[in-house]
Amino acid sequence: MRAERLTVRATEPVGPYTLLRVARGGLEPGIPGQFFMLEAPGRLLPRPMSVCLAPPGELTFLIDPIGPGTQALCACEPGDAISVFGPLGNGYRLDVERPLLVGGGIGVAPLPFLSERLGHPPAVLGFRSDWHAEAAALVPNAETIVEPGLVTELVDLSADVLACGPEPMLRAVRELVPDAQLAWEAPMACGYGACYGCAVEIEGELKRLCVEGPVLRVAA
Amino acid sequence: MLLLNASGCLDALAAPDVARSLDAFVTKTITPLPREGNRPVRIAETDVGMLNTIGLANPGRDGFLADVLPRLRSIGIPIWVSVGGFAAAEYADTCAALEDVAAIELNLSCPNVDEAPESAAEIVAACRKTTGLPLYAKLSPALPDIAAVAVAVQEAGADGLSLVNTIRGLKLDRATLRPVLSREVGGLSGPALRPIALAAVHACYRATGMPIVGMGGVATGGDALELIAAGAEAVAVGTILFSDPSAPDRIRGELEAELAGRGLADAAQVRGIAHEDREVNTKKPLQFA
Repeated sequence: MRAERLTVRATEPVGPYTLLRVARGGLEPGIPGQFFMLEAPGRLLPRPMSVCLAPPGELTFLIDPIGPGTQALCACEPGDAISVFGPLGNGYRLDVERPLLVGGGIGVAPLPFLSERLGHPPAVLGFRSDWHAEAAALVPNAETIVEPGLVTELVDLSADVLACGPEPMLRAVRELVPDAQLAWEAPMACGYGACYGCAVEIEGELKRLCVEGPVLRVAA
Repeated sequence: MLLLNASGCLDALAAPDVARSLDAFVTKTITPLPREGNRPVRIAETDVGMLNTIGLANPGRDGFLADVLPRLRSIGIPIWVSVGGFAAAEYADTCAALEDVAAIELNLSCPNVDEAPESAAEIVAACRKTTGLPLYAKLSPALPDIAAVAVAVQEAGADGLSLVNTIRGLKLDRATLRPVLSREVGGLSGPALRPIALAAVHACYRATGMPIVGMGGVATGGDALELIAAGAEAVAVGTILFSDPSAPDRIRGELEAELAGRGLADAAQVRGIAHEDREVNTKKPLQFA
């Protein structure tokens, strides 16, 4: 894990979300599903974000501006510098035969990078509205469903599922495909095992998601 | 100046390089029995600091001694063990079981669990009987008269003070107007704690002259310098490690520059300078273990 101050190249709206593009500096993008801690300008704590895409020389993060930290990140201007620390945690295992990417809402964030690394396998994505579903354009070969439809209606039960999305979606996916790889989320202060803030229940025990996950084959 | 981590703000096994950037590593508090800690949500950011209610998650005394401590030793830096409990005898038993560590810090002030019924001085006295290791008493900034408690733990046999623990705070979700944290309240750390810590160090140094590890919102070398001027001999960093794992090296560099700008070579020359022309109780020799 490394920390660097990276320069913001651009922010682009994607439906209600913002794609934050930063110059990569000397940081490696890591494995899809791993995450970086991004300084949120003006806030005390950094915010964990998984890599959305890693084109040459760049890291991009898809951010949902739901609070003061994510709003500060989305308000970054080209030329701003932010501290970025990572890659952290455990990403997806890529040694799968019949990958199917399953995403819900802002959980689509790590799927473009994952899709690229897996050679653009099929994906199914669920969103709250057509506006949110504009993010589906980031994922090749994606079939999209909008509420009241649920993404689980589109899941091929025989596929190797790699999923990211809200907790109810992950639990539903796990019911359908017990050995699915699931990327979970929890509030994090540090991202490297120091704060014990991101505890989630994994197989009956509270464990730190930043160290044990965020991608797990079990429920969290 | 010795630079430590505040207990519970670093896992040396998960981040050994960060631990090695410190002069000593302070463990997360060890209790007699394993504790899973509190349910999520455990942390929340506020505009002036961070709230946590981790709840003393730890492997328990036996698990720590058998599994964790040997691995910590292999990192190769001095280890301070933070000891907690729910009765004086529990603290004392853990102290008795500890050998070959640099110091013991008695956590007498966790804001996120029920407290032991005995006073801080009674707990220190019980521990003093069972260990010859340096004993530091970690006190709460919420005490009505922290200097009086500092004197009491000094008389009970403490070798030093760790000042301060977090102070209780509450965050409500602005949309639902319900508490964000699972246990409603949590311990507030970060920038908001810094002037509170400074006042506690100032008062306790004046009253006892004891070795003090100052902590609370330290983010820069200048922050460390102020704690030293108030009477701290060592400084610990906590919340800043979450956003900046390289903070220890940075803070050392900033402190050196602050001292050099004053024509000073050593932070010890500044220690207690805020008390100049005031009488400091130095009945105990000023030594750092």
